[in-house]
Amino acid sequence: MNEQNLFKRLLADDRGGQALLASLAVIAVALPILNLVVPASSALHVSTYTVALFGKYLSYALLALALDLVWGYCGILSLGHAAFFALGGYAIGMYLMRQIGDRGVYGNPNLPDFMVFLNWKELPWYWHGFEHFWFAALMVMLAPALLAYLFGWFAFRSRVTGVYLSIITQALTYALMLAFFRNEMGFGGNNGLTDFKDILGYSLQSNATRIGLFLASVLALALGYLAARYVVCSKLGRVVVAVRDAEDRARFIGYKTESYKLWIFVFSAVLAGIAGALYVPQVGIINPGEFSPLNSIELVIWVAVGGRGTLYGAIAGAILVNYAKTYFTGALPDVWLFALGALFVLVTLFLPRGIVGLLRRRRMGKTAPTNLVNSL
Amino acid sequence: MHTPLTFWRHLRIAATLLLIGAALAPGYSARAADATSPPNLADVLRGLTVSSFMQKKAASDALANVDDPRTLVLLKALLSGHLYYRKSDKQVLVLSPSGDAYAVRDAVSGKLLGSSDKDGLTKITINNQMRGSLREAIARRSLYSKDRRVRLAAVDEMLDNLTPHAVGLLRTMRESEKDPAVLAKIRTGLALADLNHGSDAQRLAAIHVLAGGMNQTARNRLRGLLRKNPDGGFVEGNATVRAAARTALASIERRIEFYTIVQTGFFGLSLGSVLLLSAIGLAITFGVMGVINMAHGEMMMLGAYTTYVVQLMMPSHIDVSLFVAIPAAFAVSGLAGIIIERGVIRFLYGRPLETLLATFGISLFLQQLVRTVFSPLNRAVESPSWMSGSLQINSALSLTNNRLYVLIFALLVFAALQLVMKKTALGLQVRAVSQNREMARAMGVRTGWVDAMTFGLGSGIAGIAGVALSQLTNVGPNLGQSYIVDSFMVVVFGGVGNLWGTLVGAMSLGVFNKVLEPWSGAVLAKILMLVLIILFIQKRPRGLFPQKGRGAEG
Amino acid sequence: MNGSVFKRVGRVLRGQRGATNAAEGMHTAVPNEVDTTHGPILYVENVTVSFDGFKALNNLTLYIDDGELRCIIGPNGAGKTTMMDVITGKTRPDTGQVFFGQTMDLTRMTEYQIAAAGIGRKFQKPTVFPEHSVFTNLELAMRADKRVWTSLTARLSGEQRYRIDEVLMTNGLNDLRQLYAGQLSHGQKQWLEIGMLLVQSPRVLLVDEPVAGMTHQEMDQTGELLTRLAGAHSVVVVEHDMEFVRSIARKVTVLHEGSVLAEGSMDEVQNDARVIEVYLGGAPC
Ligand SMILES: Nc1ncnc2c1ncn2[C@@H]1O[C@H](COP(=O)(O)OP(=O)(O)OP(=O)(O)O)[C@@H](O)[C@H]1O
Ligand SMILES: [Mg+2]
Repeated sequence: MNEQNLFKRLLADDRGGQALLASLAVIAVALPILNLVVPASSALHVSTYTVALFGKYLSYALLALALDLVWGYCGILSLGHAAFFALGGYAIGMYLMRQIGDRGVYGNPNLPDFMVFLNWKELPWYWHGFEHFWFAALMVMLAPALLAYLFGWFAFRSRVTGVYLSIITQALTYALMLAFFRNEMGFGGNNGLTDFKDILGYSLQSNATRIGLFLASVLALALGYLAARYVVCSKLGRVVVAVRDAEDRARFIGYKTESYKLWIFVFSAVLAGIAGALYVPQVGIINPGEFSPLNSIELVIWVAVGGRGTLYGAIAGAILVNYAKTYFTGALPDVWLFALGALFVLVTLFLPRGIVGLLRRRRMGKTAPTNLVNSL
Repeated sequence: MHTPLTFWRHLRIAATLLLIGAALAPGYSARAADATSPPNLADVLRGLTVSSFMQKKAASDALANVDDPRTLVLLKALLSGHLYYRKSDKQVLVLSPSGDAYAVRDAVSGKLLGSSDKDGLTKITINNQMRGSLREAIARRSLYSKDRRVRLAAVDEMLDNLTPHAVGLLRTMRESEKDPAVLAKIRTGLALADLNHGSDAQRLAAIHVLAGGMNQTARNRLRGLLRKNPDGGFVEGNATVRAAARTALASIERRIEFYTIVQTGFFGLSLGSVLLLSAIGLAITFGVMGVINMAHGEMMMLGAYTTYVVQLMMPSHIDVSLFVAIPAAFAVSGLAGIIIERGVIRFLYGRPLETLLATFGISLFLQQLVRTVFSPLNRAVESPSWMSGSLQINSALSLTNNRLYVLIFALLVFAALQLVMKKTALGLQVRAVSQNREMARAMGVRTGWVDAMTFGLGSGIAGIAGVALSQLTNVGPNLGQSYIVDSFMVVVFGGVGNLWGTLVGAMSLGVFNKVLEPWSGAVLAKILMLVLIILFIQKRPRGLFPQKGRGAEG
Repeated sequence: MNGSVFKRVGRVLRGQRGATNAAEGMHTAVPNEVDTTHGPILYVENVTVSFDGFKALNNLTLYIDDGELRCIIGPNGAGKTTMMDVITGKTRPDTGQVFFGQTMDLTRMTEYQIAAAGIGRKFQKPTVFPEHSVFTNLELAMRADKRVWTSLTARLSGEQRYRIDEVLMTNGLNDLRQLYAGQLSHGQKQWLEIGMLLVQSPRVLLVDEPVAGMTHQEMDQTGELLTRLAGAHSVVVVEHDMEFVRSIARKVTVLHEGSVLAEGSMDEVQNDARVIEVYLGGAPC
């Protein structure tokens, strides 16, 4: 099938997606120009800090997209998705640590500073390979995928569902957080991985690298969106929704439902891992706090605010809530947690389908969206 | 002989003494007033404020004979060089280091006079001869002290240094001693002495005696019997003695091992009781009503802060503050629960995931509220005096009071809750609603009211749990968060909707955790626990004690 | 009216053949050949299921012949639904054997394997996918390769579309094909579920209370459909509506307290003293 055609068909019926990709295209062009070309004295100049901030939002948006796939489409409310995000982040963080080489405080060419500090003599086996970018990039996807696969394989096979599943996903990320806090794990303990110098040979401090990372985030989000859209429009996507609504029925018409859940869970974990890998070089640090159950659940509210089960809604929600967070924590730090708490309550009570649902309600007729079987 | 002034002072001192004596030893006051009793304390002490060691020795010997409960402290102070006198009026003082300065007490009355440095004070020095007789006097006085703990400590000290004189003291003491624990210690001491100097038969008998205890000195001594000389031969020539020592040692070690296990079990149960307290309210709201309350931890936090506020309001009655705090915390958290249920949760029945999110929002809100109202920092909640200290059962086993009380308290709360659920109208209605809401409503049960009350009950119990937690951990805005995952694990592990399951679940998780801890460390034990529970839920998604029937499928 | 139903059914059956062939051509999970050389297609032998000591099935033995239409009746709680649960793998029997043909041991197969092998089931409470259109419901039920990776790229063939159209004509939901299934009435959901059963092209259809919530006319149509399906398929119908059972039944099995109380033609069964006692004259004799 022709690439161009596939692209068109994926978006043919998707106003939200069109708007999303268009806005991504606009900021991908505008922000670099406003940052690099427009002089710093101009009112239109966008600081590198802002560019990095946007990059951070975009990686959060990708994470929200990942959660929406499992929650919105498959009904699995994962309260541990931050774990996949953090694993992706740690994978790229390990690469960045290795890139520091002998420029660390202790100047040890082989060992990251924290290992020298702990008196370790050689690199643990699982750090090998991370000096290569390709290997780290692979691990960014493989590590979350593996965890999701193992966890999902156990959980779905034994038919743990609903809140039980949510609670054990939370326990999972909690356990991982405790584990990564331990120095013996070899991931920097409390402090995590930080003091990165450069990526692929480009200094992380330079404007150009920052813009590059930002563009990578834009691209990843756009591709992630298209991939997710492809999945939910495929028959697989429809089966997944069927499993969400009537798992028994799906089973009795011959679907091995646990495999479907596992597939979408692993796919989602990979997206989350990629999001984490984009996040870490832009904020410059990864520590066990990223595993905290609070992060996972905050992520759930991004998706809920935007509107679950719509993909672009999750993205909009992530950007909106995080923008609000940046604003509040800067201007009224004490108010933020009150606002966040209230947001949880208000959205669940009054906006069960999120902002997208609110906008859509007016237009929604009685019929289901046109079947996409033939448009794919 | 006395000037009127000193006479009055003596009278005052005597009166104080009388009071102290009355307070410390009821039986003593009558004798203190007896005119024929040995010279009084103040006079004897005055005898120490001279420079001649001869006179001092006489005074210290006299001091040893003064029949007064304070003598022992003074003898010890003298021995350790903490006894001083003021140059100006020769008043004898006890100094004990506190911080940079010294806390100064009047030697006779024991009253705290304030803190000061040593300016104007002279230390009462002693020589070796005095030192020896002081030690002996202290030992003798301790051995016949009225307080069994003092006697125990005194015998314990003697075990490390069994001079023939000490053995003699122990022998005489054995005749009069009544307390079984002290008596056992004395026997251990005599057996140790026999082991050193007795005939083979005596030594075997001594080993037999030692095998019955768990004394550290005895263990070391027995081990010594089994040691080899550098040339390869045994230190102990007698093979029978060696064999006896070996079996004795083994039996002692078995016993110690047993008590260590008991101790671990107690720690486990103690952790289990904390888990039980934090999970039991959840067992009601989640287990019985099916409501996922992520703000459950914050209900405990509210309870803990209520304790803090209660103590602020009655700072001079800390000992009874907890008894006020328990109903107060129940009311505060229960009310908060009812408000949450009526305001939010009732609109979300049948939508568990949404409930989860909304209540999580509430938990964030409450945490921030506490941060704003109190402080982001931990607050200090005091422990009543009766909660501190510990119950020393033997040298290998001691149970701290606060843990013991919390354990008992948890079980009481559990029993009370069982009663409420089984015996009251509310309990009946709660169970009816949880099994079939529609039917219950049709039968005239006010389901809304029952929901609110049940949720209030669960939250109120969480508040009570908070009172108990305030005695064991820091009270801060994050108090609830650290328990929420654990509590859910307990409820799910035990089987949702089953209070007994929660009890068994909490206790077994607590014990299991403490058993793991020694060889894996606390954090790893916790991780292992979580992983094991995750695996367990995979195997038995309905927990240890699943609710029966089709209704449970829903 | 009846005539048109007949025609529809005829088309359905023909269409089904076509679909089966197409599916075979497409290298899909074709049910293993079911060995029915000894007559029965389903063997339920000495099956006992207990829930916390309560025996929902008690040493139940039942054979369904290939191509047979069997009605199963019995008072509430007799174990009818439980029996279907056992056959479809939802509930595992404590003891006893369940075989599909001579060779397939259903107690060792999972739900989806059993479905793929050719046993279709309609639930007592109609269950459809509420957030999918009627059409998509049928599409998902359609016999096809139902593995994950295949469905990522799967598309409906013209043949399959045609087949869905046919079924939509049969169950009278053609005009509602784009409606969310969740918006259908109870009776319409029943029809949709029956349609989903049809597109699966199973060898055995287990139908739990198909006419609950249907009008008399619809009941007739359902009866018609089921009788026509028998022959090429084996059909097991559980129903409480005696009138309906009488109108379609050839052989009736009465379940009571988890085992077979009586078996035979409707008349024989209705005159059985024990059956009368169980029903306390409740059946319209
Ligand atoms: N999962 C389960 N747990 C406990 N008991 C069950 C379970 N499933 C079925 N039962 C019991 O087994 C018995 C048989 O149930 P079943 O649903 O098979 O009856 P039925 O014949 O289909 O009744 P109806 O005509 O009302 O549909 C009932 O008493 C029911 O309560
Ligand atoms: Mg039934």
